[in-house]
Amino acid sequence: MAHNVYIYILIMFGVSYAIRVLPLTLIRKQIQSPFLQSFLYYVPFVTLAVMTFPAIIEATQSTLAGVLALIVGIGAAWLGGSLFSVAAICCIVVLVSEFFLV
Amino acid sequence: MSDKPHYTLKNKENRRAFIDGMRDGIPIGLGYLAVGFSLGIAAKSAGLTPGQNFLVSILCNASAGQFAGLTLIAAAGSYFGMALITFIANARYMLMSCALSQRLDPRISWWHRLMIAMGITDEIFAVTISRPGYINPNYTYGAFVIASPMWAAGNAIGCFAGNIMPDRLVSALSVALFGMFLAVIIPKARDSKVIAGLIIICFAASYGAAHLPVISEISSGTRVIILTVVLSTGAALLFPHVEEVSAEGSDVGADEAPVKSDASCGEVE
Repeated sequence: MAHNVYIYILIMFGVSYAIRVLPLTLIRKQIQSPFLQSFLYYVPFVTLAVMTFPAIIEATQSTLAGVLALIVGIGAAWLGGSLFSVAAICCIVVLVSEFFLV
Repeated sequence: MSDKPHYTLKNKENRRAFIDGMRDGIPIGLGYLAVGFSLGIAAKSAGLTPGQNFLVSILCNASAGQFAGLTLIAAAGSYFGMALITFIANARYMLMSCALSQRLDPRISWWHRLMIAMGITDEIFAVTISRPGYINPNYTYGAFVIASPMWAAGNAIGCFAGNIMPDRLVSALSVALFGMFLAVIIPKARDSKVIAGLIIICFAASYGAAHLPVISEISSGTRVIILTVVLSTGAALLFPHVEEVSAEGSDVGADEAPVKSDASCGEVE
């Protein structure tokens, strides 16, 4: 059976948009349940943390460069670095360390 | 004066939020460009033209989701299979959308809700949620108008030219997105021992999940969902955190209608 690529694209768009738009449009008020409030408060931290590690040490050519980027990135963020500066510092750490490591 | 918050760009504060968003969109976009190149190559082998891959990328804005979809296109899978795999690979955005819903001014218009939803990616969600108070949608739009075209451009170029970036550069740029995640979560860990402990547990659990038998077989998108639900539930049960999000400290325009503290508002509709 031949499939139309534009129908594939339409389905990809429809499903990925529905996932994003439904909670935002259906949950229009502050949730009152203390459990759900707490759960949603922790969601961003947990989801970003699990996406960061160990992915950061697997994204680079050298694992050690990824580890260095993680440590330096945590240090820079701890000291209050902006999004841009922490991101840039991590990139520089990898670029420089891989000159020696790879 | 109407009851609704005003997010028009005629207001100086809103313009500033938009510009802040564009500024934070630049590092996101650079990371996207790099990741987009490699996804573009996958799209080419799946048989998409650069134009088609640009279209997919500007509409979907999802790395794992798009990759899963490309796999299905390459295998000439069914339309139902496409819907299912897209759902599974992107399901984490549903949790992010729920979390964002609690940070919007409840009186915000439908139109803004529909447009903010378009901008929910891992990175734009991260930068948006890190802002204090109610979310100013203009910030999200600013980040989106910079980052999303760069994502789509990276995808189209990767599809067209193969990987034109040297490995060193790809390797270095690939950590930009993680650096941004750190910049969002770590400052909060300094203020709160609970968050600090939680992040350490998350790292350990995520590392374990990536390497232990059985669970490491699950796709990384699904692992993120499982870990998020389990660990957030644990944290919510052990350390309940209830706070009223208010316009205080938010970046909405100063000439706003005052926020009514409406104690009678309900839960999920």
